[in-house]
Amino acid sequence: MKQVTILSGKGGTGKTSVAGSFAALADQPILADCDVDASNLHLILNPDVKETMAFKGLNLAEIDPEKCTKCGLCERLCRFNAIHDYEVDSIHCEGCKVCVVNCPVEAINFNERVCGHAYLSETKYGPMSHARLIPGMENSGKLVTLVRQNAVKLAEEAGRELILVDGPPGIGCPVIASLSNVDAAVAVVEPTLSGIHDLKRLLQLLEHFEVLPSVIVNKYDLNSNNTESIRVFCEENEIPVLGLIPFDENVTKAMVQAEPVVVYSPDSPASLALKEAWKEFSSFLDL
Amino acid sequence: MKIVVASGKGGTGKTSVAVNLALSVEAEQYIDCDVEEPNAHIFLKPGHKRQQPVELLVPIIDEKKCTYCRRCAEFCQYNALFVVGETAMVFNELCHSCGGCKLVCPEGAITEEPRQIGTITVSESSGMSLVYGELNVGEALAVPVIAAVKGQAVDEGLIILDAAPGSACPLVETVHGTDFCLMVTEPTPFGLHDLEVATEVVEQLTVPMGVVVNFAGIGDRGVYEFCERKGIPILMEIPYDRRIAELYSRGVPFTAEMTEWRARFTELLATVETMVK
Repeated sequence: MKQVTILSGKGGTGKTSVAGSFAALADQPILADCDVDASNLHLILNPDVKETMAFKGLNLAEIDPEKCTKCGLCERLCRFNAIHDYEVDSIHCEGCKVCVVNCPVEAINFNERVCGHAYLSETKYGPMSHARLIPGMENSGKLVTLVRQNAVKLAEEAGRELILVDGPPGIGCPVIASLSNVDAAVAVVEPTLSGIHDLKRLLQLLEHFEVLPSVIVNKYDLNSNNTESIRVFCEENEIPVLGLIPFDENVTKAMVQAEPVVVYSPDSPASLALKEAWKEFSSFLDL
Repeated sequence: MKIVVASGKGGTGKTSVAVNLALSVEAEQYIDCDVEEPNAHIFLKPGHKRQQPVELLVPIIDEKKCTYCRRCAEFCQYNALFVVGETAMVFNELCHSCGGCKLVCPEGAITEEPRQIGTITVSESSGMSLVYGELNVGEALAVPVIAAVKGQAVDEGLIILDAAPGSACPLVETVHGTDFCLMVTEPTPFGLHDLEVATEVVEQLTVPMGVVVNFAGIGDRGVYEFCERKGIPILMEIPYDRRIAELYSRGVPFTAEMTEWRARFTELLATVETMVK
């Protein structure tokens, strides 16, 4: 079984549009949407949810006013500035338990907190693992790990060989969770100075975790100088460029119709380029 | 006054709106809170820079005193400590720096020392203070670096904060304690979905908000219908314009060349000011 994560560093460069099209082009893959706090893949793959599970993140401290003697020790010990006037601020509480175990009168409860839900679904293109973090909650990294575990389970049950992971933007905790034990990563970049800056940080992250990198340039015709500098940079660093996708308004039209662009308009310029990129990607991964 | 520019979905033009707003209204300070992928400095090209590390305290276990009782490992909610046989290990990247292990150790075998997870840069651009943070590559915890850049906020004047995408803890940390949130979105199903989740966070934090629709003209009407239903005012529309996209690709704030937009950003600020009062 192979696992590949589609990432970008910078948000909004077309990760999900690429992932959706690859889902349609692959031979019965397993799909995993790991952008759990701004997930979009379901909007073009229309999953039929078969199973829902609650995701419990870190616990939440809660002070029992009946027992509290207002000694103030918990507030002094809390490093997250989450206790004021003998009350826990649930937004800042990181569930560390320091207040709970140090309260001299055992007035602090440590309650489970549901932070989101994970789903196992069916799509036209293959089984899908996805999730929704309750807005504002922590622990998106842990929920990403759950989505990844569910995807492996689906792959084993269905005997599938490829897991396509749609990753989150950035380089922090959810991205790191979306990269553990993957065989390769695809970085989708737009030819802008911001995009290049963020791509370089992402590629450093892939190197740090020893993940095999590859690159797709989206809207490559927006700035040909920048596209060229990405190409040169990748060549110097021996990173394969799998494809150059042109700007094509069919990509947005397909999104509005809730379909991958390669399904919505198979002969559009973006679709043709995505099919080429998929071929490159398949041989790169030796599928 | 502190105005956050946020979005939910990445790539909708947060930094573009924040930079052009800040330049048009001559803001006092710009704080880039997207510490995973900061971009504002690419547009603002700051001069003199002063850098300082962002550090977290992490435990150091003195194996001479440690009796391998495992209390620290059992206590740690983040699985950052591992004790097996006569080995005690700390996984620094998982540590949230709560200090609990040191408190529960019966032998006094745990001390703490600072460990760098990122850097903040304080600089100047066009007479404006620019602060940005960078999470070190390979580090997981963005929130302490966001708290550090916010800690540089000046006491008076207009501060523009540029948020990270998403609707999780980085957005909460950025928006908390600010006066207004400007949500930048694109009129597509992806833009709508992520706007919905991000507005839920801002509502919980009881910060007033308004929407900027970027790339207007593409996609569908979903974002407009959502804003109408929720009573969230649309304060500006920026059309999809190849010229803006090209300027962006070169790291040029579009108001530098399309100067007619400066007055519109000034009007936008005036509207926000009435909504904050």
